[in-house]
Amino acid sequence: MAHFTKATSVKDWLNQRLAIEKVEKVMASEYWIPKNINFLWAMGMVLAITFGLLLVSGIFLLMYYQPNVETAFDSVNYTIMQEVGYGWLWRHVHAVAASVVFLIIYIHMLTGIYYGSYKKGREMIWISGMLLFVAFSAEAFSGYMLPWGQMSYWAGMVITNLFSAGSLELNGVVEWIRGDYVPGQAFLTRFFMLHVLLVPLAILALIGVHFAALRIPHVNNQDGEDIDFDVEAKKYLAGDTKGSKVIRFANDFMSKDMFVVSIFLVFFFYLVFWNYGFAMDPVNFDPADGLKTPAHIYPEWYFLWSYEILRPFSKDVGLIAFAFAQVIFVLLPFLDRSPNVKTANKRGLFGIWFWLLVIDMIVLTAMGKLPPQGIYSTIGFVAAIGFIGLWVILPFITAIEKKV
Amino acid sequence: MEKTSRRGFMGKAFGAVAAVGGVASLVAMKQTWDPLPSVKAAGFTEVDLSTVEANCLVVEKWRGKPIFILKKTAEMVAKQDEAQTARDVIVDGTHYMIAIGLCTHLGCIPAYADKKEIFQCACHGGEFDSSGLDIKAPPPSPLVIPPFNVKGQTVMLGEEGPEYKKMKEAGILA
Amino acid sequence: MFKELSILAVVVAFSLLTYWLVEPFAHSQMHAHIETKHFKYTDLPAITKTGNAVAGKELVMGAGACTGCHSIETAGMPAMMPAVDAAASYGVNPPDLSTAGALYDANFLVAMIKNPAHATNLDHKYPADGSKMHPMVAFYGAGGDMDQEVADMVAYLQSIAPKAEEVTPKVAFENACGRCHSMRYKNWTPIGEKGKFKYKKDELRFDASVLDYQDYVVKYMGKLPPDLSMYYRSRGEHFLETFIEDPQSHLKGTAMPRVGVTAESAEKVVEYLRDAADPKHAEREETGKNVMIYMIFFVLFAFLWKKEIWKKLH
Repeated sequence: MAHFTKATSVKDWLNQRLAIEKVEKVMASEYWIPKNINFLWAMGMVLAITFGLLLVSGIFLLMYYQPNVETAFDSVNYTIMQEVGYGWLWRHVHAVAASVVFLIIYIHMLTGIYYGSYKKGREMIWISGMLLFVAFSAEAFSGYMLPWGQMSYWAGMVITNLFSAGSLELNGVVEWIRGDYVPGQAFLTRFFMLHVLLVPLAILALIGVHFAALRIPHVNNQDGEDIDFDVEAKKYLAGDTKGSKVIRFANDFMSKDMFVVSIFLVFFFYLVFWNYGFAMDPVNFDPADGLKTPAHIYPEWYFLWSYEILRPFSKDVGLIAFAFAQVIFVLLPFLDRSPNVKTANKRGLFGIWFWLLVIDMIVLTAMGKLPPQGIYSTIGFVAAIGFIGLWVILPFITAIEKKV
Repeated sequence: MEKTSRRGFMGKAFGAVAAVGGVASLVAMKQTWDPLPSVKAAGFTEVDLSTVEANCLVVEKWRGKPIFILKKTAEMVAKQDEAQTARDVIVDGTHYMIAIGLCTHLGCIPAYADKKEIFQCACHGGEFDSSGLDIKAPPPSPLVIPPFNVKGQTVMLGEEGPEYKKMKEAGILA
Repeated sequence: MFKELSILAVVVAFSLLTYWLVEPFAHSQMHAHIETKHFKYTDLPAITKTGNAVAGKELVMGAGACTGCHSIETAGMPAMMPAVDAAASYGVNPPDLSTAGALYDANFLVAMIKNPAHATNLDHKYPADGSKMHPMVAFYGAGGDMDQEVADMVAYLQSIAPKAEEVTPKVAFENACGRCHSMRYKNWTPIGEKGKFKYKKDELRFDASVLDYQDYVVKYMGKLPPDLSMYYRSRGEHFLETFIEDPQSHLKGTAMPRVGVTAESAEKVVEYLRDAADPKHAEREETGKNVMIYMIFFVLFAFLWKKEIWKKLH
């Protein structure tokens, strides 16, 4: 039985019961972050804030959205966009944040690859991060179904068809996922459930794991330097804040994060009010029609690179390539055979590999949207082969990498 | 020592009982995701062939899917090879193509170009001939022939008639 | 600081490149770019004669001429039958001509009176061999100089029409588009505005009439012309303008007629479409400005806070 004394203050009362001072130390003031970092280290905070924006705007959208094939389209485009006070604001914020969150995720991911932040005890940070990417993808896809426009419907049709596993013709699986022969009421309601409950729960849990995975190996720094956090923390606490290689999470790191967040928000609100077309595809302002395929079907921009890996091949090969693209990033810590934790530019061949990967993914993204004809087909095919090739050679080029 | 091993055994036994319950609940969860009986039952469409014009595509709706019905002209039939004719539904000497109008690649609806007498898919560029055979990748197989039953000048979609069963045995449904 | 800015430059450059590729570039490759001809209808012959409105009145009102099918409410000629019955006879309810002189281009009206299939750019649907006839019967002349007679008729229609600037966007839309298209966000059906009903069965009767009407339109057009409520956002302003000017330019072979509106009327139609699809655009602009002003303070204070904290760290 714990020993309680008469509290001398509210803080003391809480301290005896919740140990808030200790929690504050562990979570913020004595959670040590390296000082040698740049603004790319703030992307985690930018993501957290964007997730918050999605959550808040989502709550308000939920108050008027109707998950019914007859009324879903109008509940979004008329009720929310035209009748509800500031309903349009929530929708624009939700749509733009859902798209921009992927831009930040990609920057966050590529930062991790560039600085080697997935190695030497940081493997779980990377793996939990990639699981978050999968969960966010599921969240984005299920959310895209809800306005029940033409792109919602046809994206739902094309993506659920992937589960027939090509020549295996598992149509029963596809119909089971949809709850119907084609996307219909059952489909819409179950994706609504996934979008507002099951996937967000998974995301929250994964965010917890992702943060927890950072505690033991600590955050990486710009030079991949192996910092002795205990020694540096003592230095800081002794008053040598300028000499110490570490800073407090709050408010030291936090104040820099929030400055980066503030710049991000300027960009974000510019998109929300004036340049939202990239996140709210015009085609989706046509109501779903199962008998009329849109002239061009393409996913949102953040899925284009993996969609393009599916497209140029025959059905079964395409599906295998697509599956490869979905899981290969998770395996990065094990495919990189080099012990070096350094920026890519100081790692010889790996540096070239990194920039080729970035360029290849941008090419795939562009070709994924363009109509699959003529030269675009060919470029897409080459880029898809290139993507697979890059991952196949990764273990070899990193195995021969010199220790630096 | 004896105590811990006993606890270990009972712990495992309890775990096993809990797992049985968990797995049993999966059965319920799986069935909850199944298509409803009403959805499954709403699946028979009758099509009147007597009003169909030659080389003019008719699109019917069956189980939420578009069904292509194409009446062929005598010239079209004359040009056909055996594989194409085998897929035709012949009613009173007139040849019809009956197929689910969804591209076998990823389920888009191809459009019919009546001059070229082929189906072209806008999504990924696949093409099918007037019998529904795939003539340009990416579609890996011909358009699927839905279950049908010919009754005089009408066709009942969803029922397996003798002609359909014959095609099924010959393995040319898709 | 320099290092941070260089990193930012790299991140921004790659992001902008990706954006340019998937948005402006991809869309330029997916959709043909159609230039507007500013609603000049240069393929149609220009009016050569000066019309006489008084003579035109005789012709328009004459037996077997316009008022045999069209109503002219402002000239005391009400519709002869309900819209549904008119659609049963003609395929679609013929437009009331009260505002025609203001809404439609004069050269177009002349061409329309002489050869409706050609004026509406539907020669492919109503071929010259006469195998299929446009529901509007061409005017074959009243015995005099046909060019003069047609010019007179157009002059009369212009004389009874309100001034172009007095035509509201709503009227422009309803007359030019609203007899085939519905617009549910404005309660518009092709047989008129759907009002409030006290009894459910009256509402159902109205809805049934709309369905009857649409059945006739489907027979006439081949498919049901779409509801236009969200077209401003699904198609965009440029597409709408060029499509209204000549539907064939975007959709070769479509059954939709060229409606022959003047540039000013087209602007009004587009304004009405915008009002239906995006009525909050003004509020969005206003809120956007305020949020940006607030963001200046947000950035400033975030910066000052960071500076204060990091004084002891550098």
